[in-house]
Amino acid sequence: MITANANTAPALSVEGLCVEFRTRAGIVRALDNVSFSVGKGETMALVGESGSGKSVTAYAIMGILDPAGRITSGRAMLGGLDLLHAKPSQLAEVRGRDIAMIFQSPRTALNPIRPVGKQIADVLIRHGNVPRREAPEQAVEMLRAVGITDPARRAKAYPFEMSGGMCQRVMIAIALAAKPSVLIADEPTTGLDVTTQAVIMDLIGDLASKMGMATIFITHDLALAGQRSARIVVMHAGHVVEAAPTQELFEHPRHPYTAELIAATPDSATSLDALAAIPGSLPDLRRSDLPPCRYSERCPRKKDACAQPLPRPAPKTSHMVACWNPLSAPPISKPSASAA
Amino acid sequence: MTDIATSPPRESSLTALFKHSRYVLGENPVTGFAFALFVLIVLASVFGPHIVPYDPLASDTTQALKPPNAHHWFGTDQLGRDVFSRVVVATRLDFFIAIASVALVFLMGGLAGVAAGFFGGWTDRIVGRIADTIMAFPLFVLAMGIVAALGNTVQNIVLATAIVNFPLYARIARAEANIRRDAGFVEAARLSGNSDWRILSFQILPNVFPILVVQMSLTMGYAILNAAGLSFIGLGVRPPTPEWGIMVAEGSAFMVSGEWWNATFPGAALMVAVFCFNLLGDGLRDMVDPRRRT
Amino acid sequence: MLTMILKRLMMAIPSLIGVVIVTFLLTRALPGDPAAYFAGPAATPQAIQEIRVKLGLDRPLIVQFGHYVDDLAHGNLGTSLTTGQPVASELRNRLPASAELTLLGLIVSIIIAVPLGILAATKPNSLLDHACRIVATAGVSLPVFFTGLILVYVFYYQLGWAPAPLGRLDVFFTEPPHVTGFYLIDSLIARDPETFMAALKQLILPALTLAIFSLAPIARMTRASMLAVLSSDFVRTARASGLSAYTVIITYAFRNAMLPVITTLGMVFSFLLGANVLVEKVFAWPGIGSYAVEALLASDFAPVQGFVLTMAVMYVAINLMIDVLYGVIDPRVRLDA
Repeated sequence: MITANANTAPALSVEGLCVEFRTRAGIVRALDNVSFSVGKGETMALVGESGSGKSVTAYAIMGILDPAGRITSGRAMLGGLDLLHAKPSQLAEVRGRDIAMIFQSPRTALNPIRPVGKQIADVLIRHGNVPRREAPEQAVEMLRAVGITDPARRAKAYPFEMSGGMCQRVMIAIALAAKPSVLIADEPTTGLDVTTQAVIMDLIGDLASKMGMATIFITHDLALAGQRSARIVVMHAGHVVEAAPTQELFEHPRHPYTAELIAATPDSATSLDALAAIPGSLPDLRRSDLPPCRYSERCPRKKDACAQPLPRPAPKTSHMVACWNPLSAPPISKPSASAA
Repeated sequence: MTDIATSPPRESSLTALFKHSRYVLGENPVTGFAFALFVLIVLASVFGPHIVPYDPLASDTTQALKPPNAHHWFGTDQLGRDVFSRVVVATRLDFFIAIASVALVFLMGGLAGVAAGFFGGWTDRIVGRIADTIMAFPLFVLAMGIVAALGNTVQNIVLATAIVNFPLYARIARAEANIRRDAGFVEAARLSGNSDWRILSFQILPNVFPILVVQMSLTMGYAILNAAGLSFIGLGVRPPTPEWGIMVAEGSAFMVSGEWWNATFPGAALMVAVFCFNLLGDGLRDMVDPRRRT
Repeated sequence: MLTMILKRLMMAIPSLIGVVIVTFLLTRALPGDPAAYFAGPAATPQAIQEIRVKLGLDRPLIVQFGHYVDDLAHGNLGTSLTTGQPVASELRNRLPASAELTLLGLIVSIIIAVPLGILAATKPNSLLDHACRIVATAGVSLPVFFTGLILVYVFYYQLGWAPAPLGRLDVFFTEPPHVTGFYLIDSLIARDPETFMAALKQLILPALTLAIFSLAPIARMTRASMLAVLSSDFVRTARASGLSAYTVIITYAFRNAMLPVITTLGMVFSFLLGANVLVEKVFAWPGIGSYAVEALLASDFAPVQGFVLTMAVMYVAINLMIDVLYGVIDPRVRLDA
């Protein structure tokens, strides 16, 4: 797990991302001012409960939002290119080649009537500067690299003939075929059994460090995020509420929501009775009277000041929190890491 | 746990239906247009015979085969009858054929289908066999056969249309009944002593209606086209009754020699009506079940 | 695959039996007395009665049915009263005419409807989408014979582009040597391009009529299927991998979307078999449709029975071919068989 060096340019930098969805029931303000960045080769986790907007963020960055969704403002800088304002032809070049994504439920994410080898070859031919004739062979190599046994035979197989774990490996092969510099993994282990989960996460980690690739894990599983990433970004109801290096987040969470999340995470030492639920639920994002802090209505630490717009995070802070009444800062012996 | 205070108050289901319909009509102007057309057709059926300038059956051979002019907006046919009056008056008969066919097939197919889905077993097998046999025929040929065997009256045309569409309605109704077989309200009805047939007719069939209503509007169009096709072969409505199909069939003989108005105006009326029913069907589908939009 | 085919054939047999029974009953219910027809207008009641006995028409229905089934088992479809020819041979002679027309109509329909459906799906609810829907619906809102008539009126009568609707070939041409019975194919085999063009010219309008009629269901199904597939997970993956628009829409989306369209083709074919009857009348096409209609109006039941049975068998065969085609495209189905 590599932590970003604050002096080099980040691999991907998202700034002020706002996304809306038009639905029959009104406009849903799914994302509001989401900002974070991933350093080169860094592993980052984007964490939050269902409906917090983690997947929407990923889809917005990749440009595969549902047609009902609109990006109303923000930038996503990959290298020098703003992904959110790039021309479709530029985007099509960059997707797969410089930034790639893997999805949950791997079996449905693969073309059911096309052999998996061909699906990998499609990406190789498109982005990998591999001549058509050599693509099948290279595809077999990719299958080998993701740990599939007997790859030459498996390349001719169809997704329905493979287990969930194998399908996920194939997806990883597809995503990594053109050696992107950033990989977004949206709940890559949901639906897999625990042993396979560990194996897949190891695989992604290995390949990422071999290729120097930055990884963004999207997950609702804080424990998983804690084990596998150097940095965690916590989201709630379309806002980024806190972002910090993993160790620090767990030891000194500053946002009340983060603290509740950590308390709610089951761990083998706790009994079921001790499991804490987070009170309240996500606010209805269609409301026009949403408070500036979308957690305030559930928050036990709410103050009058919380009705103001959230504080702007200072740039380049390693521990950022969007709160007017954060939990106490860590002891002053460490260099100041709280937001202004 | 959650504060419900933020959700809007429940509105009556009628208002909700109205709002939803307005949304659908607004989003899809074509549906609104079809609806307006439908109203026009109904008006023409009801008031047509009273407002036309000429008697649709009055022939005047001195005026035969005149092209459209100021006296005869759609021209005259080979017997000197005013085509415009005939076209408007025919609306009633064609609309009747459409409505009657659809009502009959809904009752026949709908009841058979819900019975098959509800009771299962032999009922299901028999209804299934009947449906399969009907579907093994090219449907228009079967309609031809039925009308030829039973005689070409309006009733038989309606019956033939209903029989030919039976399998489709039975299949849809059966699927819906299967789903609802164990539903709560059915149990409640049973417990309060209703016989199975009462439950079928008054509980399940009405629930199946909205799903079938989409198909019904499409079948209305089909019924009219079917009657027209049968007329063309000589198995349709008997002359001199004004009906769009027979007018097109008779008029087609004159198309080749250049008297196009005989067949074209009734044909256009036919097309407008069927078009309207088809588009209405699409719109109804959007209203009833947006997942099934095509 | 073979087991699947056999299973389907087994399932089709009860329907075919039903068809045979219903056709038998319907034709027996036709008005008119075939014995009187056969005997001629000048026959005495006695003569008619003799003929009736000879034809076996005085026996109870069950016995007649038994004879009919027996004949069927020997491949004997009876004799037409109006033409005096065995039904089986007449059907065999006329079948290629209908088949060529229907197939060409279907091909033209697919060539127009499928791209229309794909286009409409890539821009849902746009003006283009609504226009496609209106055009397709208009095609199916006219009685098929009327469409044919309008085409004849415009292209033959007014514009003179098409030849007179008088059958498969203009009087000046002779039919090519019989190999398949399809004039287009046979004339190519005989290396006779002029006959080929002549046959094609006669085919255009009736095929177009059938095509217009079957546009709507194919275009609709293509659009619906494409819409569903375009929002599926694997298309999302393909897009996220940056594959070209062509690859995403055609190689990934369309090949999957085609599957329900192919099953729709079976239903469309059934419509066309029915519509054939009307189109053949308009264009004086010597196919089995016109054969059956003439027989029906003359209460000549043997040809009608033969026709309906042939249609039903063809329908089963077509559906079977479609199932096989489905299996070729979708590997998930193959293994189940």
